[in-house]
Amino acid sequence: MQRREFIALLALLFSPFSRAAGNATPLRIGLTPTLLHERHTLLAEWKAYLEPRLGRPVTFVLRDSYRDTMDLIRQQRLDAAWLSDYPYVLMQPWVRLLATPLKDARPYYRSYLIVPARDQRSRSIADLEGKVFAYADPYSHTGYLFPRHTLTALGKSPKTFFGRTFFTWSHRKAIEAVAQHLADGAAVESYIWDGLAREEPRLTGATRIVNRSQEFGFPPLVALKKLPEKTFQKLRQVLLDMQHDAQGRAILAKLHLDGFVTGDPALYAEVERMAQAAARQEAEIP
Amino acid sequence: MNLRVFDLSFRYKIPLWGSVLIAVVALILTLSFMFQAYDNLKRDMLAHSDNLGRVLVKTLYTPMLHDDVWRAYEIVRSPFSEAATATSFRAEGLVLLDAAHTVFVSSQPDTWSMRAHLTQLGPTYAALNEKLKTAPEAATVLVEADDVILLALPMIADEVGIGHLLLVHPAGFYWPRFRQLAWRALLITSLVLSVLLPINWYWGRRMAAPVGRLVKRMEALGKHDTSSSLSQDYPYRDELGRLFQAYERMQLEMTEKAMLEQRMVKADRLAALGRLSAGIAHEINNPLGGLITSVDTIKLHAAPDPVLDRFLPYLERGLTQIRDIVAALLVETRGRSRPLNAQDIEDVHTLLAQEAKKRNTDWSWDNRAGDTSHLPATLVRQVLINLVLNGLQAAGDGGHVSVRCVETGIGLELEVENNGAEIPAELMKHLFEPFTGLNEEGHGLGLWVTHQIVEQLKGHIEVASRDGCTRFSVKLPNGDSACPPNASA
Repeated sequence: MQRREFIALLALLFSPFSRAAGNATPLRIGLTPTLLHERHTLLAEWKAYLEPRLGRPVTFVLRDSYRDTMDLIRQQRLDAAWLSDYPYVLMQPWVRLLATPLKDARPYYRSYLIVPARDQRSRSIADLEGKVFAYADPYSHTGYLFPRHTLTALGKSPKTFFGRTFFTWSHRKAIEAVAQHLADGAAVESYIWDGLAREEPRLTGATRIVNRSQEFGFPPLVALKKLPEKTFQKLRQVLLDMQHDAQGRAILAKLHLDGFVTGDPALYAEVERMAQAAARQEAEIP
Repeated sequence: MNLRVFDLSFRYKIPLWGSVLIAVVALILTLSFMFQAYDNLKRDMLAHSDNLGRVLVKTLYTPMLHDDVWRAYEIVRSPFSEAATATSFRAEGLVLLDAAHTVFVSSQPDTWSMRAHLTQLGPTYAALNEKLKTAPEAATVLVEADDVILLALPMIADEVGIGHLLLVHPAGFYWPRFRQLAWRALLITSLVLSVLLPINWYWGRRMAAPVGRLVKRMEALGKHDTSSSLSQDYPYRDELGRLFQAYERMQLEMTEKAMLEQRMVKADRLAALGRLSAGIAHEINNPLGGLITSVDTIKLHAAPDPVLDRFLPYLERGLTQIRDIVAALLVETRGRSRPLNAQDIEDVHTLLAQEAKKRNTDWSWDNRAGDTSHLPATLVRQVLINLVLNGLQAAGDGGHVSVRCVETGIGLELEVENNGAEIPAELMKHLFEPFTGLNEEGHGLGLWVTHQIVEQLKGHIEVASRDGCTRFSVKLPNGDSACPPNASA
């Protein structure tokens, strides 16, 4: 009896036909470069964790920019995605909140304004006028929307304030750009900078945090609205349960997270406000 | 001082000049190689940079056109990553310039910061700026200065220049490679020298040694140096070998000529002496005949007189002695004589056996004379008797004399050898002259008479006295028959 079960389990795991017999369409989860880029071992572990619990294969879909992932959502080619908060509010017509990660037991993160370590003078973004500034991604909250919003709040035009701006397409590379003095400043995610501060202290050591922003809702996992409720609930439950078993906790530890919570759209009200303001501003400028 | 060097012996001069020549050639070759290598290296390394730059330029179009600073930065950084620094790429930095010649991005933002214009980067860059302004859009521009070498590659998109990729090289960027090459060249040169120089030295000494010997021989010319033959020591047929042979031939000819002259002078002297003595003898002979006849007449017809009886024998003996001497001086070969046969030689043996015994001299007698000789028996016997008596006398008590007599077909050879005292060199010069006898016993005419006889028989007499052995050799030719064989037998 036990043996037959074991064989069935093996068949379930390895045979595409047995999966096809059950619910075999892979669950496609989109990832933005912010969080898990180039961490393939970790992704494989997470995939191996999710698949038996969901009873179906999981495919992580990686793209080089936020925009690419957002395009995939618009084209309904994903079932779920881990987005930054800004793309989340932009994608609201297509997605709903699935879960929010917990960092230090709280579902928040910040934007760090960093400058090269040798720049001991700058105290705020206002000191970087005319300098070279590195943005992470045009759809990044902490790396683009927030610093521009701050400038606008200071009465400066984000388009003319800096002498030169460029995109690095990832927070990590924005940190590198500042560390190697290519850029005089950058705004990056606290989650990335803190993670790197543990793993590559030399890199972050070449930068100095000038300013930490207020807290924003942590980049959430979202599900496409087309995803059946049953699947949605199952996926959410698996994510929420991760912190309750050892294997899940190990993966969370590697992600530098403490777990997932259901999340509340209210967490993202602030970024939504900023996004609307930015959209207004874009519209105003001819 | 200069002359001192040129005065050196060939033994040193040839190897020395050879060494200098080899060293100079090696030096020139090495220097020209290094000069060439220096040129090539610089060109190659610039070409290498150029190639790498062109590859980079292709990948840089898109980021440049899309204003993607970060991507461009990643590309210009790539040659400087740890994995790439081991290659021969020696550029110090890469700078991407936009069409306005301001820095779009660079591999080292600290050195070439973004947005800086070329003119702000230093005089060399300013010079490049000027050059770029005038250069055609698609041209590669090279600027060399004391501190830096700049290579600007154009970036052309759809025939429109969108900027330049600037490869910055430190001024001596090829030096480490060149030092490596130069060091290797020096090593090979010294290896070659360490092989060639000893070979040259050995060869030079070898070439000079025979010349040195020739010089020594020529300096010792005439001092009768009979050391080993030059051409035997140097058995090759090159110029040197032929020179040695010619020299030896010349030396031999000179020696022979000198000996010939000596012999001629001697022969002339002897001939003159012969004429003189014969003349005197004839002049004496005529009155002598009268004197002897007068003495005979007195003996036969004069009355007995005690005084006459007492002195006449003195007179007679003296006149007889004069006649004997005159007869000896007048060697007469035209006298009647029968031809020589083997028995004549044996007779001499018998005749002198008593004399040998008396002197207690050991002797050997080898008679191989035939009976076909035309030579006059009397004269040959006289020659043989004279020579053997001389030999016996020289050998003395307990000495040894060997006599050999051989019929050779063209004539007769007599050889008389004794182991007595050698003939002194001084005496040797006048040996065959009259009254220079070897001893006090004879009248000193024995050898003179022998010589005269041999001369008249157109023969040849030689004497050699060395190594405790004195040998007289006489060769008498048959040719001119003094008398036909057995004419008067």
